[in-house]
Amino acid sequence: MIVNVAKPMEELKNLLADYRRVFILGCGGCPLGCETGGPARLEELKAELTRADRSVSGTQMIDFLCNKALVGAQLRYQVPALKNSDAVLVVSCGVGVQATAAMIDLPSLPANNTLNSQGMQGLWPSVERCDGCGDCLLHLTGGICPITRCAKNLINGQCGGTHDGKCEVENTRDCAWHLIYEKLKALGKLDNLKKLPKLRDYRNWDVSDRERHTTRWALEEDQLYQAPKAVGKQ
Amino acid sequence: MSKLKEALEAGTFAVTGELGPPKGVNIAAMMEEAEKYLKGCVLAVNVTDNQSSVMRIGSLGISAKLVSAGFEPVYQITCRDRNRLAIQSDILSGYLLGVRNILALTGDHPSLGDHPGARCVFDLDSVSLLHTIATMKNGKDLSGADLQGAPKELFAGASVTPGADPVEPQLLKMEKKVEAGARFFQTQAIYEPAKFEKFMKAAGKLKIPVLAGIVIVKSPAMAKYMNEKVAGVFVPDEIIKPLSAASKEDRPKVAIDLMAKLMKDLKPMCQGFHIMAMGWEKYVPELISKAGTA
Ligand code: SF4
Ligand code: SF4
Repeated sequence: MIVNVAKPMEELKNLLADYRRVFILGCGGCPLGCETGGPARLEELKAELTRADRSVSGTQMIDFLCNKALVGAQLRYQVPALKNSDAVLVVSCGVGVQATAAMIDLPSLPANNTLNSQGMQGLWPSVERCDGCGDCLLHLTGGICPITRCAKNLINGQCGGTHDGKCEVENTRDCAWHLIYEKLKALGKLDNLKKLPKLRDYRNWDVSDRERHTTRWALEEDQLYQAPKAVGKQ
Repeated sequence: MSKLKEALEAGTFAVTGELGPPKGVNIAAMMEEAEKYLKGCVLAVNVTDNQSSVMRIGSLGISAKLVSAGFEPVYQITCRDRNRLAIQSDILSGYLLGVRNILALTGDHPSLGDHPGARCVFDLDSVSLLHTIATMKNGKDLSGADLQGAPKELFAGASVTPGADPVEPQLLKMEKKVEAGARFFQTQAIYEPAKFEKFMKAAGKLKIPVLAGIVIVKSPAMAKYMNEKVAGVFVPDEIIKPLSAASKEDRPKVAIDLMAKLMKDLKPMCQGFHIMAMGWEKYVPELISKAGTA
């Protein structure tokens, strides 16, 4: 399961500052286990956003947002509502936000910060990766993660090494900042680049002990599974 | 006080050179070349920081050596090898040793160099490094603590690739660099005046001195290599053809003439040149006088 926590409401209002009509998309996987998603959170967000003078153009839960094929298939039914939206607020981990961004041509904004991946139930990532940096930037980068896709984890834009849209490290690897630039240009959001924080706080990247355990912790602690360890000790 | 700063602020055309430190402690040959060919010829000398991710003696040490030999160094700092503690600390050390100019760079990825298995740092990048320098000039460190003596006279610059395609991401980042405290730019090598002119038009609103990067093309093979491997650099046929036609002995002369002509074309568009001779330091005085920038 991927551990994610809700971004504070103030931050969400901030990152929604430019968007009036918001579609809320929820993942039915990990966020349910983390209690940071699911129908109840979607309702809560809808109420909060309505109070904050936004119109919520629709809501939908999809089983696993990390599965792009599923996201594409399910969102087909929401095309009319999406046409009436300025942005999609995605209630999931970083992979879900990236997968959504790859399937639609609207800004996809993260409602959560992702901390850690433990166990992999339901997780179906493609090229999208999340490193649990704890301070998700996807709302500013067109839903493309600079932390995992840029070879230098740069957050302030393209380095001097890009060549024909590829990364200086491997000429078959897309330059993350080239992709981000193209996506932001298509969304008309190039000024996002000026809003990126200059410095990162790497403390958020560290994982607390509680979040290191998998959902199977009960099994891992079970006598049956502990037995080989005890044998090893003898 | 930085002479480079004085010149650029007064609107004087400025020419800078560059030295690549050797791998090891024997710097005699490098210093001799600097004395013979760069002294009095260029206003300031850049010192590269583990250039191309190849381990060499450090840019801080060589910059300090240059200060004591009567040169004005431009201390290049990359973010590849050091985190924010080490970099801030090095900036202070450099200042203490008389270094006033810094060129803030992100740095190449380690996988391109001679220690490809090294872990890359990139705690800061070019933009946040410029922000760091500006913060320190104001008497604070990145944690917000007061400095006991601020490096007030630092003069920070950055790099840009005018030939990048598309060039807009470079321009956007250039703007971020100016906002973060860059006061001059030294560019990647330029061989196409028309493309550069377009770039300078777009960059004009930033009102910042730009030193056009000059890398002497020594041979057709070097041109081919640059066209294939160096991002945002294109050596056109007008330069490759005469070089291919020239005999090996004549090549340096032909190369210098070609570069001098290029510099004459570029001069009205920029505020200075940054000459990266890469082993051809001995031709720098001739190049500068032929280009009419002495
Ligand atoms: S910015 Fe990238 S690594 Fe950080 S939480 Fe978002 S998707 Fe994950
Ligand atoms: S080329 Fe692009 S992806 Fe590669 S390190 Fe530079 S900015 Fe990052």
